Amino acid sequence: MSNVRILVACKRVVDYAVKIRVNAAGTAVETANIKHSMNPFDEIGTEQAIQIKEALAKAKGNAEVVVVSCGPAKAQETLRTALAMGADRAIHVETNDELQPLAVAKLLKAVVEKEKPNLVILGKQAIDDDSNQTGQMLAGLLNWPQATFASKVELTDAAMTVTREVDGGVETIKTTLPAVLTTDLRLNVPRYASLPNIMKAKKKPLAKFTVADLAVDIKPRLETLKITEPAKRQGGKIVESVDDLLDKLKNEAKVL
Amino acid sequence: MKRRDSFKKLTKEDVDFFRSVVSSSGVIEDADDLEHFNHDWMRKYRGQSKLVLKPSTTEQVSKILAYCNKERLAVVPQGGNTGLVGGSVPVFDEIIVSMGNMNSVRSFDEVSGALVCDAGSILEVLDKYLEERGYIMPLDLGAKGSCHIGGNVSTNAGGLRLLRYGSLHGTVLGLEVVLPDGTILDNLSTLRKDNTGFDLKQLFIGSEGTLGIVTGVSILAPKRSKAINVALLGLDTFDQVQAAFKRSKEELSEILSAFEFWDHGAIGLVKEHLAVGANDPLQSTYPFYVLIETSGSNKEHDDEKLGAYLEGLMTEGVVQDGVVAQDTTQIQKLWAIREGIPEACSKAGAIFKYDISMPVPVLYEAVQDMRSHLESLNAIGKGKPFTSVIGYGHVGDGNLHLNVAAKDYSKEATAMIEPYVFEWTAKHSGSISAEHGLGISKNNHLHYSKSQPMIELMKQFKNMIDPQGIMNPYKYLPNK
Repeated sequence: MSNVRILVACKRVVDYAVKIRVNAAGTAVETANIKHSMNPFDEIGTEQAIQIKEALAKAKGNAEVVVVSCGPAKAQETLRTALAMGADRAIHVETNDELQPLAVAKLLKAVVEKEKPNLVILGKQAIDDDSNQTGQMLAGLLNWPQATFASKVELTDAAMTVTREVDGGVETIKTTLPAVLTTDLRLNVPRYASLPNIMKAKKKPLAKFTVADLAVDIKPRLETLKITEPAKRQGGKIVESVDDLLDKLKNEAKVL
Repeated sequence: MKRRDSFKKLTKEDVDFFRSVVSSSGVIEDADDLEHFNHDWMRKYRGQSKLVLKPSTTEQVSKILAYCNKERLAVVPQGGNTGLVGGSVPVFDEIIVSMGNMNSVRSFDEVSGALVCDAGSILEVLDKYLEERGYIMPLDLGAKGSCHIGGNVSTNAGGLRLLRYGSLHGTVLGLEVVLPDGTILDNLSTLRKDNTGFDLKQLFIGSEGTLGIVTGVSILAPKRSKAINVALLGLDTFDQVQAAFKRSKEELSEILSAFEFWDHGAIGLVKEHLAVGANDPLQSTYPFYVLIETSGSNKEHDDEKLGAYLEGLMTEGVVQDGVVAQDTTQIQKLWAIREGIPEACSKAGAIFKYDISMPVPVLYEAVQDMRSHLESLNAIGKGKPFTSVIGYGHVGDGNLHLNVAAKDYSKEATAMIEPYVFEWTAKHSGSISAEHGLGISKNNHLHYSKSQPMIELMKQFKNMIDPQGIMNPYKYLPNK
């Protein structure tokens, strides 16, 4: 491969380490004043794109990594992180409206038509809604091949071999390019944002589009009726004797 | 060292009495179970206690000490047993009083941040309790998953956050202590200001269990910052480390919450022995590393301050390379590298640990001089008694953890580095124990850091409060 453009989609989500709480109304997870960061699977996607670029550079090829995020103004923080990891350019599709997977897939299709990448990389799912739909829907809308849950990727001139993690184990498939790839956990270990790259990132281009610019209908199709926390775990009890244990298993836990 | 003849040897009647106080579940006599309480975390010190008591209330502690005082039975108070100077394990057959069963939070004031809890509460558990309420413990150390707040107080533990929140002498609001004769001293105040008489709690903070047993702690918890940033830097010289620190005080000042350093040798051990060392965040290795943490109330402001500070360091060549954590998981990973150094050291074999404080400019000279000293004795290298000298620590507090890796803890090996290291420290007007305390490891070297009149006055206090000398004997004050 000589000249490649890779489009990587990133989402700003509640930080993986945060203990989330459901709001008082039971309609959504509390996100105000909570730490946010890049969706971990999108970090893996960004890392993969940069690794492909570095491999191509070694083979005297050329690659451009473009990152895109759809969301409110703060989504730019996520784009800056991707640029600081080594992406070349960023695109921010700015909107304060709710975005569901189908809407994001349509927006990304519009960006793909503008940017004409050889490869689109997404995380397999976002850790806030766990939808696992956007990559698949995007491939469908574009009528492109898709390789999802990737744990290994090999690129040649016009084809891609992907090892996928599936329920029964692993499966290896080959697709033509252009194609859609979604990342799984074991694909790579994302690098940290280095100081030299953080400084370079400030000068990298960040283009902004509105939903109207892309002429996409993002109206939600699904309505969340209720969100509840899982039942709280009951504390364990210490028993003094085997008889006591049998009694509790029989009469309290009712498993005997 | 000889066992003091004046101490009684444990009898069956004594054990029966204790059983009547703490019940069978609070008495440990089985040799296998005692093993774990009798040796320290580094496996350097081993006691021969025949009895561990686990009281559940302050009244039980009072009854235990009153009896021991009357019968002249020696006692070692024990918390998480994570101390590094052999202060938490018996020297001979002293009875171990383990505080692990007293671990409840007694109260928390959500407005002032005053937390009152039992002394046997584990530091990390307390921090998680406070996290849910938007607060943070004012101290943090690598042993947080095991150490008790009572032990932290009794050793005046320092740790990674002292730079920002100060020492326990300032953050502890009050203590509940049981004196050697069983008297319960209730000074569990939650008042921020109280100038009424001698501030007795200060005497117990850092007294390493030699004046009584801390059973309750009242401590002022600061608000937990919303915006936390961590950066890891690679530098070529210790002068650059100092320059980076000096500038951090000017440019980060009120948001700076930690400034730690370590050398090439330390990261080498982490990479060799710990899983967390598998992926180096930086692209190459450097002679020195610095971890900076900032904690503030506004992410945008902090990002801008930190960004400007780091950019300045890079463009002026003070720093060769660095990374900034982009999410909480990366923050935890970077901290895990620094916090893993003591564990990595312990996996490397016998480690002589020195914890010294001195003026920051000469901090790394301690490592370089120790290396030269051992080279001049032809004692360091392959097949020699010592394998390496590494340095790391709280450079912001002028506190170096000097670790000398050896083949084993022999008397000959010890003689080569002690009293050299203490003389070196005294020559630079430093402290021979910045935060680890004295225990059994450094008590006879106290004169290197404190004058004779001071040591005499300390002995007078000890004799006044513990006339029978039953509390953690043989340690803390010189016993020669």
